[in-house]
Amino acid sequence: VTGINTNIGISIVMTAILYGTPLVFAGIGELLAERSGVLNLGVEGMMLMGAVMAFLASQRIGGPNWLILLVAVLAAMAAAAVMALIHAFVTITLRANQIVSGLALTIFAGVIGLSSYIAEDNRLGGKAGKHQFTDLNLFGLKNVPVIGPILFHQSAIVYLSWLVVLAAVLYLYRTRTGLHLRSVGESPQAADAMGINVARYRYAHTLAGGALAGAGGAVFTLEIATNWIDGLTAGAGWIAIALVIFSFWRPDLLIVGAYLFGAFTSFGFDLQARGITSIPTEFWSALPYVMTVVALVLVSVGSVRRRLGTPAALGIPYVREES
Amino acid sequence: VIRFVARENVPRWLNVAVPLASIVLAAIVAGIMLLATGHDPLTTYRDIFQKSITQPGAFSQTLVSMTPLMFTGLAAAMAFRMRLWNIGGEGQLYMGAVGASAAGLFLHGLPGPLLILVMIVTGVLAGSLWASIPGALRAYFSTNEILTTLMLNYVAANVMYYLIFDSTSYWRDLTSPSAKVFPQGKYLVPAANWPQLQLGGVAIPFGLIVALGLAAALWGMIRATRFGFEMRVLADSPAVGRYAGIKTRRKVLSLMAISGAIAGLGGASQIGDFSHVLDPRGLEQAGFGYTGIVVAALARYNPVSVVVTSFFLGMLVNAGFALQGPGFPIGLTGTMEGILLFCVLGAEIFTRYRVSIRRRHAVPAAPAAAPPAAMAAAATDGEGR
Repeated sequence: VTGINTNIGISIVMTAILYGTPLVFAGIGELLAERSGVLNLGVEGMMLMGAVMAFLASQRIGGPNWLILLVAVLAAMAAAAVMALIHAFVTITLRANQIVSGLALTIFAGVIGLSSYIAEDNRLGGKAGKHQFTDLNLFGLKNVPVIGPILFHQSAIVYLSWLVVLAAVLYLYRTRTGLHLRSVGESPQAADAMGINVARYRYAHTLAGGALAGAGGAVFTLEIATNWIDGLTAGAGWIAIALVIFSFWRPDLLIVGAYLFGAFTSFGFDLQARGITSIPTEFWSALPYVMTVVALVLVSVGSVRRRLGTPAALGIPYVREES
Repeated sequence: VIRFVARENVPRWLNVAVPLASIVLAAIVAGIMLLATGHDPLTTYRDIFQKSITQPGAFSQTLVSMTPLMFTGLAAAMAFRMRLWNIGGEGQLYMGAVGASAAGLFLHGLPGPLLILVMIVTGVLAGSLWASIPGALRAYFSTNEILTTLMLNYVAANVMYYLIFDSTSYWRDLTSPSAKVFPQGKYLVPAANWPQLQLGGVAIPFGLIVALGLAAALWGMIRATRFGFEMRVLADSPAVGRYAGIKTRRKVLSLMAISGAIAGLGGASQIGDFSHVLDPRGLEQAGFGYTGIVVAALARYNPVSVVVTSFFLGMLVNAGFALQGPGFPIGLTGTMEGILLFCVLGAEIFTRYRVSIRRRHAVPAAPAAAPPAAMAAAATDGEGR
């Protein structure tokens, strides 16, 4: 967790990156699912499942710190992928409405659902985190002015999120599978005619999206929050879904948006930590949500003329025409 | 190979049998989950039934839990029916509660019936104005209403918290000794308390009667008015609607306003019938708006069915409150709602499609027959255990 740096500018960037990291993971995950044509509104629920499983694992497992954190993140990814599998089965195989199924997933796994159930069954409420990610000193360069803390003094999971973004860019635009994925999202009929298994692509990317949302949830319990509270993601999953729209379904723009919204989330904390309390906390708490609405309006005004990047088959179940 | 073949017409009995079967399936799935986490499903189900129906006073309590869910359920059903995904019922209900409590506090000198009427009107107005923000954004800029309505829920919650916890607003109690230690809202005068109807030992809240009337009115509106007809046309095919000269933009605006008004009325009922004070924490923890989505989806967006599904979920929510504790974690309510919704949603395919198991083309008969046989064997295996 970032301490109060002497330079306010750098400390704002550092907290923005910290709070933006869950959005990077969950946003890239949702982006992959949507590129295959599956809208998954269950991100908030999947993140909370990831968060609770990571916390539970970090409480129960013994061993070296790095191994516990690794297992905790993997447990989060697995649990959230199972949640995504439910959505995939209901919408891809059983062809149910993706919007309603996604909402069902958020209710099922979310703040009044399974994540809270697991937390209460294991008495996690209010318990302090035992193992947390700490900032590394990469190549011993953390004291280099400005870029030192930003580039070389982050935690392992932040570096992992950068790798995920890089991998997503390469995957989408530089690999054959990525090309096939985009065609499944644009025109499943054409993809099917080319011999691409549409259902398999959709399952795989919905599950990958779930796993990444789970990793995003793990960032909350293993780095941001110091103890467990039901619903601690507080709408981050929904902001991640909105980010996919602002970034026009492009991973490189998504990470920029994620850090911007990380800043909106954490800016109030930065000021309050410096004793600036004249503006009520509720204003700062509401800021990221208000800015999400503003950003959605801005891109919808701009994209009415030209639909920038929305996968054409997004939200539509694919049913092969009978010959 | 198992494949789904579209049905040309749906037999009537299927529309009853499939939802019933999916409720049974949901009970089984939830039971397995309870067993897996070390709870006894039969005890849990018996407790739910006792706490919501059979124990003295339990039935009245279920009606209390059902009332807000019927409002938020109707609000969601009206919008979802036209594929207008208003998931902002939560925030619209908060704003209705803010509006109604302001009216109840400010006009405390009015005679009861008039005061109640004013509370209803302000609740309706506040809810519909709040819903009109995403409504207008959707109508004029085609901004995704799923996300804007949801974001505004968080904003509305912050507005409520600000009014009670972080300001010296009109809603906040600044005089009583307890309020000096813990911030709380001002209580309304008794004249602002909505009446109850006593019927053979069961207390029926006034809000429930209003909600029942509303469900009937909405059903009539969809069936018998021009607005309802145009709404149904747009729901089936937006393109046909536009071709027929139906003003889509105006429909979106008015439908969002109506949906928000219904949720806002739910907020007014929450103040007038039950809490008599603006209680941000209580409202936020209850999550009536989100449960309303489950109510509406289970009712397949039919206002009359909402009466049934809101009762059903009212039972569950009420039992959840009553049973809260190690045997019945808070999260169990949402978990069971989610399972129920998935089962009903997934099973819908059996009303729309026929399942046909047939051999793959151009593949020799023997290997093709193997998978179904293997699956049948696996199924009997599973039952045997």
